[in-house]
Amino acid sequence: MALTLSSNIQDPDGFYDELLATHEGLSKDESDALNARLILILANHVGDRAVLREALQAAKE
Amino acid sequence: MVGATYPLAFTLYPYRTCVALGAPPVRHPVLIIGGGPVGLATALDLGRKGTPVLVLDDHEGVGIGSRAICFAKRTLEISHRLGAGRAMLEKGVVWNVGKVFHGPDKVFEFNLLPEDGHRFPAFINLQQPHFERFLVEEIEKARADGAPIEIRGRNVVAGLDPQDDHVRVTVETPDGQYDALADYVIACDGARSPARDMLGLSFDGRVFEDNFLIADVRMTADFPTERWFWFEPPFKNAGASALLHKQPDDIWRIDFQLGWDIDRDEELKEDNIRARVDAMLGGDVDYELDWTSVYTFQCRRMKTFRHGRVLFAGDSAHQVSPFGARGANSGVQDADNLAWKLDLVVKGQAPDRLLDSYSEERIYGADENILNSTRATDFLTPKSDISKIFRDAVLQLAGKHAFARPMVNSGRLSVPCVYDGLSLNGPDSLAGPERTRTGAACPDAPLGDGYLLDRLTGGFTLLAINTATPDIAQVGGIAVSHLTLTTGDDPTGALTARYLGDTPAALYLIRPDQHIAARWAKATATDVETAMRIATGQGA
Repeated sequence: MALTLSSNIQDPDGFYDELLATHEGLSKDESDALNARLILILANHVGDRAVLREALQAAKE
Repeated sequence: MVGATYPLAFTLYPYRTCVALGAPPVRHPVLIIGGGPVGLATALDLGRKGTPVLVLDDHEGVGIGSRAICFAKRTLEISHRLGAGRAMLEKGVVWNVGKVFHGPDKVFEFNLLPEDGHRFPAFINLQQPHFERFLVEEIEKARADGAPIEIRGRNVVAGLDPQDDHVRVTVETPDGQYDALADYVIACDGARSPARDMLGLSFDGRVFEDNFLIADVRMTADFPTERWFWFEPPFKNAGASALLHKQPDDIWRIDFQLGWDIDRDEELKEDNIRARVDAMLGGDVDYELDWTSVYTFQCRRMKTFRHGRVLFAGDSAHQVSPFGARGANSGVQDADNLAWKLDLVVKGQAPDRLLDSYSEERIYGADENILNSTRATDFLTPKSDISKIFRDAVLQLAGKHAFARPMVNSGRLSVPCVYDGLSLNGPDSLAGPERTRTGAACPDAPLGDGYLLDRLTGGFTLLAINTATPDIAQVGGIAVSHLTLTTGDDPTGALTARYLGDTPAALYLIRPDQHIAARWAKATATDVETAMRIATGQGA
């Protein structure tokens, strides 16, 4: 399995909205903490170390 | 130089005026510097095999202070092979449950859930002075049986002069100085190894900028026999993390992570220590302070553990953080690895280059320990804002979701490494379980009234399960004993599960340190002979 980098989320605008809404009203520290939890939850869902490594690289580029 | 620098818990080898004073230097096959856990285990193993060994220690026994307190299954198995394991288990505190807290909240608890069918538990807690005392008592018994082991207390090594075929060792005693000659020297003289300095050798690695306060307290409290670990403890001035863990004799290990910028002398004042301990235990608990210390630590190792005729073992060769109990436990594995090799070399049954494999194998083990210990330390003391954010996120999630619990790292407890792909390994020609692949330490299994490891007593063993052993009794003078078992000898099924898996039969060649040298579905005498030559440094 390779990292999916083509569009894969239905209703991208709706998701983006939800992402921002989740952070609404949070301080910078609270948002940072939420992002960290989110990354860990999503990373566990993906599970595959090779895909995760690709994602880390893609985020860094 | 020869004055005692620390008080003793037990006087074990009182100073006696040495016969070597004023006499021409005597030559010793093996001279060990340092009578700590590693030096004593090596001496006992060598002596039991009949190789004469002289141990020099700068004190007359073991210093006070519990220091190492967690001894792992593999260490107990090695100690049992040497005769001291049973006493350690009887004295030690067996524990299985650990609880992890973040602030006032319990994040989760774990159970080591020890696998059935082993003589020894995953861990015991036992103060290092007891551990050393049991080894010395066993050395005394071995000496009574004729084992050529001598321990000289307050004999301080002041000089090492390596020559082509020996090392000249200068020794200071309260009555003067003498020289001894050694075919091989094993430096088990600790993290600050004077021997390492005498040879001008480096010891590089990473320093961790943190101070830990140990307060061992004696109290008759009814806390459970569990390991309790706090991240960001809720009690006053407890620092960034804290630990509570039970030892024998009503002693409890308490550890506070204080940070880097501290006034060491101030923190060690009894009133200040008591204020912290009171806050942790609640003010109404009666206790006395048994031992206190502030320590910092480093993760580092020597580039190679062998320098000609001088071999380094234990903390002198490698140092780790205490998280995971990988210090003394890995040192005893060094002893286990080195003793049989040195015994064969001294007896002329294996070439000197077998000793190179000691460095190769134990560097492999040290690197695994340093990796694990460094990762635990990075979790305990996050080095940046973002690493703290992720650390705290893991702790928050671990309270709710199982997936995050394995990421919580307050130390990964010591297990023996598998010597995968290293020089002494013969073939792995069995579709057997992964845990018993070539290079692994043999897992124990019940066998009749005893256990499998009881039958692997310090020589090479050919273990045949549901098959016959090839006709081979020795290779180049090195005895190969035979142990033939069937599934009928396996009351619990553990032997089958651990050594056969789905295969009907197997043949294992097992080294004196109970690591697997080779395994086959079937093998000829020639196959075994070839594997024996590889395992004793005589391979191509």
